[in-house]
Amino acid sequence: MLSSTATLLFFVSTGSIEAQEKNPFAGDAKAAKLGEYQFRLNCAFCHGLGARGGGRGPDLTRAQKRHGNSDAEIFHNIHDGISGTAMPAATNGGIGVGMSDEEIWQVVTYLRSAQVMAPAQPAGNAEHGKELFNGAAGCSTCHMIQGKGGRLGPDLTTVGASRSTEYLAESLRNPSRRLAQGIFEAMKEFPKEYESVSVVTAEGTKLSGVILNEDQFTVQMLDTHEQLHLFEKDKLRSFEKRRESAMSAYDQKTLSDKDLQDLIAYLQSVGAQ
Amino acid sequence: MKSVLVELRTKSRFLGHKKRGLGMTIYLTTIPILTLGMVFSGLASVASAQVTPQRLLDSAKEPQNWLMYSGDYAGRRYSTLEQIKTSNASSLVPKWAYQTMASGKFETTPLVVDGVLYATGADDRAFALDARSGRPIWQYQRALPPDIRPCCGRVNRGFAILGDRVFLGTLDANVIALDIKTGNVVWDVGAADHSKGYSITLAPLVIKDLVLIGVSGGEYGIRGFIDAYDAATGARKWRFYTIPGPGEPGHETWEGDSWKIGGAPAWITGTYDPATNTTFWTTGNPSPSNRGEGRAGDNLYSNSLLALDPDTGKLKWHFQFTKHDEHDYDATQVPVLVDDGDRHLIVQANRNGFFYVIDRTSGKLVSATPYGKVTWSNAKDASGVPIERKEASPTLTGIPVCPGALGATNWFSPTYDPQTKLFYVSAREQCDIFSTAPQPYEAGHAFYGSAYFPNDDTQPFWGAVRAIDPATSQIKWELKHLSPSWSGVLSTAGGLVFTGDAEGNFMALDAATGKILWHFQCGASVYASPMTYAIDGKQYVAIAAGSALFTFGLP
Repeated sequence: MLSSTATLLFFVSTGSIEAQEKNPFAGDAKAAKLGEYQFRLNCAFCHGLGARGGGRGPDLTRAQKRHGNSDAEIFHNIHDGISGTAMPAATNGGIGVGMSDEEIWQVVTYLRSAQVMAPAQPAGNAEHGKELFNGAAGCSTCHMIQGKGGRLGPDLTTVGASRSTEYLAESLRNPSRRLAQGIFEAMKEFPKEYESVSVVTAEGTKLSGVILNEDQFTVQMLDTHEQLHLFEKDKLRSFEKRRESAMSAYDQKTLSDKDLQDLIAYLQSVGAQ
Repeated sequence: MKSVLVELRTKSRFLGHKKRGLGMTIYLTTIPILTLGMVFSGLASVASAQVTPQRLLDSAKEPQNWLMYSGDYAGRRYSTLEQIKTSNASSLVPKWAYQTMASGKFETTPLVVDGVLYATGADDRAFALDARSGRPIWQYQRALPPDIRPCCGRVNRGFAILGDRVFLGTLDANVIALDIKTGNVVWDVGAADHSKGYSITLAPLVIKDLVLIGVSGGEYGIRGFIDAYDAATGARKWRFYTIPGPGEPGHETWEGDSWKIGGAPAWITGTYDPATNTTFWTTGNPSPSNRGEGRAGDNLYSNSLLALDPDTGKLKWHFQFTKHDEHDYDATQVPVLVDDGDRHLIVQANRNGFFYVIDRTSGKLVSATPYGKVTWSNAKDASGVPIERKEASPTLTGIPVCPGALGATNWFSPTYDPQTKLFYVSAREQCDIFSTAPQPYEAGHAFYGSAYFPNDDTQPFWGAVRAIDPATSQIKWELKHLSPSWSGVLSTAGGLVFTGDAEGNFMALDAATGKILWHFQCGASVYASPMTYAIDGKQYVAIAAGSALFTFGLP
C-alpha cells in the first residue's frame, strides 16, 4: 500500500519543476532557521525535534547518511521519498502538509547546520566491537547482522545508520526504556514493538518469548527457542505481556564504557556499508 | 435470490452509458417462474429509486435503506433492523467485497436506496453497486488537478442523495451531482479555489431541495464556510462564513486581519431538526492550528457548534467548544440529536476530550465531562465551559498535553442507541508534545505554526469503544483496543454495536455490555464508519477497510 502510494506521488511530483542540484541557501543562517521550523512541521514527528532520530526515523545529524550525503541527494530524498522505507515524498499527502522546493532546500540547510553542531562520533574500535557482538557480549544470540545471528531481537544491520549514538547506548544500558519496533504496517500509525510475552497453552505448556504481532484476538510470537507460535488468545489458559525487553540490561560491570563504544562503532560501521 | 441469475452485465464499465434515456440494461437469464414476480418487483424498485425530501424526513419508515451519511437527520447512526441480533451475531459471514483499487484511506459511508449502494472512495472515485451482489452498475473517477491540497489524505466520506441524483464534494473543492443510473455528471460547480488550500472531503446533507456542504483546509489558512446548493441546478443559494467579516458579530474575536486566514473549516456532515427547522454544523480549528500568537481572542466560530436556518443560512445561535484553540481540537464530530423527555439536546464527544450536552433550543451548555485523559483544561468559565490551562499553551521547546493533536476522538462517527439510551464513541488515548514553529502565511502553503510529536516513547497509545450515558455523562462500559482506532460506530435494534480497529478487525459488540460477539479480519486498518441495510428481507452490515468495501450477513 505504501509503495503504491509512493509511486503515485512520484509520478505526480515529476510533473512539477525540475529541481536544481545546488542548494541556493547553502550556509545561510536565516534559511537554516526557517528550515528548522519546516523540519518541525514536517519531519520531526519521525526524526525527532533536533533531528537526532525518533521512534521511526534515523538520526540526521550524522555526516554519513545511508541514502546519500550530498545536498542534491538529501533534497531528492525529501522531495520524492525513499522507496522501500517509511520515508514519504514531500508532496501533498506525503510528509506533513507538504513543502515547496524552496522549503525543502531550507530543510537541507538546517540539516547541514545541525550536522555541524552534532557531537563528534565515538571513536570506538569497530573490529573489537564485532568480536564482542559475536562473542563475549552475546549479542548475536538474539540479533542478526547481514543474515547471521539470532531472531529474538530486531535485525541490527541498519540500526547504526538509522539511530543516534545516544539511542544505541541507551538500548544497551537500558533496553526496556524504549522497546525496538517490530512489524511496520503501512496503514498503521504506531507499529507494535518487541514486547515480552508469557503464555500457558490449553494443554498446559508454558512458553515465553517476544511478540511479533498481535491484535485483539490473536498473537504471533517467537519463543526463546525461536519457535514460531500462532495463538488465538481466547484458547490460551493465560496470556501475559510485559513492556520489558527480553534483553537484560548491560551495565558497566557487564560491558565497560570502552566496550560499549566499540560495539556502537561496529554497528555504525556495518550501517554505513 | 441465489437461484435467480440476475446479471447486471458490466461489459463496458459504465453500464447504461451507451443508451441514455433507456434506463438500466438488465439481462435476465433462467428465471424460475415462482420468483419472477419478486424479480420484477425488485426491478421496479430499482427503476423508481426517487428519493424525495419527504422520504429523507421519514427515513425511520424505511430502515432497509440508508438514505444519508449518519442514517438519519438526528445523526444517530442507528438502525431499527434487528434480524442480526445478539443471539445470532456470532454466525455472521462475509457476503461480498468490492475493491475500489484506489490507494489511501477509504473513509466512506455508503448509501443504500432500494437495492442499490452508492459510495465514494479515495481520490474522488465513486460507484454504484448491486447491494445484493456487490456487482458494479457504474463507476466514476474525478479528474483531479495536480495542485490540490488535501491536508490529511485524498479521502472522501460519501454521498448525499435526492431525486435521481447523488451529490459529492471533491478534493478540488467542487460540488457535483451524478445521475444515479449512469454516474454521468449532471452539474459541477466550484465552491472555492483548491490552490489556496480549500478541499472537500465530507458527505453533503440534503434538506428539502438544498444540498448543504462544508469545506476542509484548516491546515492552509482558509476562511471556512457552509454552502447550500439548489439540488436541481447547482446554483448556490446561500453561504455562511464560519468566520464573521467586518461589522458582523464575532468579528471582534480575531486580531487584526487574522480572520481572513483563520480556518474554521466545516469538514464533517451536519444534522437537522425538522421540528424547529434548524440544521447543526460543527467547525474545525482556527489557523494556524497550534500557535495562538497573532490571532488573540476567542476566534469565533472556530471549534463551534452552529445552529443555522437551512433555508437562508442565517445563524440562530452558536456554542464554542474550545476557545482560542492551540491544540488542533477541531469540533468536527457529528452533533447527535438526543431527546431526553422534554429536553431536546445535542450531545458530542469532542476531540478535546470532553463529552458535551447542549440544549439544542437555546444553545446553552448543560454539562461538559471528560470521557478520556484531559490535561489542556483544568478550569471552567462561569457557564461551565472548559477553558485552556495557561501552561498547556505550546512552546518553542514543546510541552506534553492530553489529548494529543489527533484528539480523544476524531471525525469518525459515534452512535446513539435509543433502546439502550447510550451514546457510543471510539475514544483515543494518546498525548502529544506540542511545539510552535513561527511561520508566515502564504496562500496554498501549509500553515500549522506548530508541530506535534508522540508524547513519550515508553507509553504505547491505546483506544477504546466507550458507552456513555448522556443522562449522567458517565461511562457505562468500555472495550479496549490495542491501539487508537479510526473506526466509527453503528448501533442497531438487534442489541448490537459494530465497530472496527486499527489492526483490521471489524466486530459486533453486545450494546449492553461491550462484549465481543463476532469479529472478522479485513486485512487493513478501518478508517470508516459502519452502516446497515436490507434487501429481500435480509440484513447486511457494511464497512470500508483498505481499498475494499465489505458486507456481512447471516448465512
